[in-house]
Amino acid sequence: MLTILFDGIAYGMLLFVLACGLAVTLGLMNFVNLAHGAFAMAGGYVTVVLMQRYGVPFLACLPLAFLAAAALGAVAERLLYRHMYGRSHLDQVLFSIGLVFMAVAAADYVMGSSPQNVRLPSYLLGRYEVFGIGIGVYRLFLIGVCGALTIALQLILARTRFGSRLRAAVDDPRVARGMGIDVNAIFAVTFAFGSGLAGLGGALGAEILGLDPTFPLKFMLYFLIVVTVGGTSSMTGPFVAALLLGFADVAGKYYIPQAGAFIIYAVMIAVLMLRPNGLFARGVTR
Amino acid sequence: MLNRRQTLAGLSAAAVTGFGTRAEAQEVTKIGLILPMTGQSASTGRQIEAAAKLYIAQKGATVAGRRIELLVRDDTGAADITRRIAQELIVNEKVAVLAGFGLTPLAFAAAPLATQSKTPMVVMAAATSAITEQSPFIVRTSFTLPQATQPIADWASQNGIKKVISLVTDYAPGIDAERAFKERFTKAGGELLAELRVPLRNPDFAPFLQRVADAKPDALFVFVPSGIGGQFVKQFIERGLDKAGVRLIGTGDVTDDDLLNDMGDAILGVVTSHHYSAAHPSPENKAFVQAFRAANPNMRPNFMAIGGYDGMHLIYEALKKAGGAADGTALLGAMQGMSWVSPRGPVTIEARTRDITQNIYVRRVEKVDGQLYNVEFATFEAVPDPIKGR
Repeated sequence: MLTILFDGIAYGMLLFVLACGLAVTLGLMNFVNLAHGAFAMAGGYVTVVLMQRYGVPFLACLPLAFLAAAALGAVAERLLYRHMYGRSHLDQVLFSIGLVFMAVAAADYVMGSSPQNVRLPSYLLGRYEVFGIGIGVYRLFLIGVCGALTIALQLILARTRFGSRLRAAVDDPRVARGMGIDVNAIFAVTFAFGSGLAGLGGALGAEILGLDPTFPLKFMLYFLIVVTVGGTSSMTGPFVAALLLGFADVAGKYYIPQAGAFIIYAVMIAVLMLRPNGLFARGVTR
Repeated sequence: MLNRRQTLAGLSAAAVTGFGTRAEAQEVTKIGLILPMTGQSASTGRQIEAAAKLYIAQKGATVAGRRIELLVRDDTGAADITRRIAQELIVNEKVAVLAGFGLTPLAFAAAPLATQSKTPMVVMAAATSAITEQSPFIVRTSFTLPQATQPIADWASQNGIKKVISLVTDYAPGIDAERAFKERFTKAGGELLAELRVPLRNPDFAPFLQRVADAKPDALFVFVPSGIGGQFVKQFIERGLDKAGVRLIGTGDVTDDDLLNDMGDAILGVVTSHHYSAAHPSPENKAFVQAFRAANPNMRPNFMAIGGYDGMHLIYEALKKAGGAADGTALLGAMQGMSWVSPRGPVTIEARTRDITQNIYVRRVEKVDGQLYNVEFATFEAVPDPIKGR
């Protein structure tokens, strides 16, 4: 039972890192970015290429995956996304799903369609038994990294000057501009940061989720479920949602494997029926 | 000097006329090869295309006085596209044979067209047993899952494995494998503790493997599509199941030659049963692997490639036997009952079932010259598809 709880938490944490970038762009910037998974995939491929071709150690690959995806995000934001901010959600959906298909084709062309394998260093492999709980070292590592990241994110958003400027820029761009806040720059940085988080998630997740060119399509649903269930008010919502869904998914597959894949949707429906705006809804509606 | 020029002129004139008349007389026989060249199963398509082209390069593009033209079409792994392409190839291109078919639903989609147009359809990859029953014009050169599964069930019960859990991907081939294993293994006195079915789009095997860890079976029988094998084995090791004494057995899809080397040493020692390994120790296979690698650097032929290679052989031999201008029914008749020695060993296309009978080998993943290979150590000879072969 406790092993299941542990696996569920680790899986939920992974979902969170993958989805929190989307929580930043979709939740905070109010931009429907279905291409989020493409940035995650980019991070995964950067890690694979660096590790396999250039022998860069795994831990050093993680920040590099973040930076590469963030740089890609910054370029995409400047060239493409910026023009879509004011458009309707439907336009944004069509635009970003188009990007997904282009990313899938591009990854297929450059890297080939075979699944890639990340080879973890030996100190992240293996497993301990503590009081009858089986603890996989890599899953423990995931929990550590993701936990630290969550706290850092929440602090940046709630406590820093940048966080308050961002919130201001999102809630009312015109007034924010009038107050001397450079809304464009803030959006660009935020978008790059969200993409970087996706890249980090892709790098961390490649080991457990696998990595091939269909990655952005395969996991799009999971990102969206996390953000939908979590609501968009803060980082806490998606965090709690990811943990809840991760645990429900793992426990469901363990106890009732026949219903396996369906549990996560059932939880989503139940939450949305009780709280249509997500677990932690924003107070002010826009 | 003059002499030499004259000879040259004479020679080239002869060559031109000779060439000209032959090109006019030589009619074209088209083979439509429908494969997933992009998308999730693109590796299947690439392997089969490479093998088919290798066969034509080796044996020449002329059979029974007719020039062979290979039309490769990408169906991206989607059944509706397969059907549309098959229709185009039959109606517009007037192909003599349809071939390829990477996945079960794709073969199902094209089957009615083969029947209506009386076009032989050579299935080179898809492995659900029922495929050949979808049309009397379907012939298969790959394998069937029950055929590849029964030997590992036999091997398990002969080697002291008594309690097994099966874990398969929840789609037609997976369920075929599960049924075949269960039937054979329990008949021999073994016990199947649980039958786990994993969704096709499954991100994490943790909960399923935890069930296995809690039930402590002697072995875990697994079937997952070839691309997922590496990820699965890693999680199996991560959970410490190998150290807990649970043996990992399965069909060769898990240790696909195309991906095996990237899976890392974790996969060493996994025992599977299948019809082909790149390490099969026969002169025919050594020549095949060498030629395949020379033509496609960085690629190792896998069980898909051998299906494509033998499929081309079947088409070539049938064209020779039935004469170049043969119609579909005559070609099909020539294919039925044909036997030859393939790089995988002796094979026969059964006249009644139109399915392939072949040796199934039990193999263990070992390191040979620093590379990972499925090394064969036991052979079940001339295994038919057990479902239709009864």
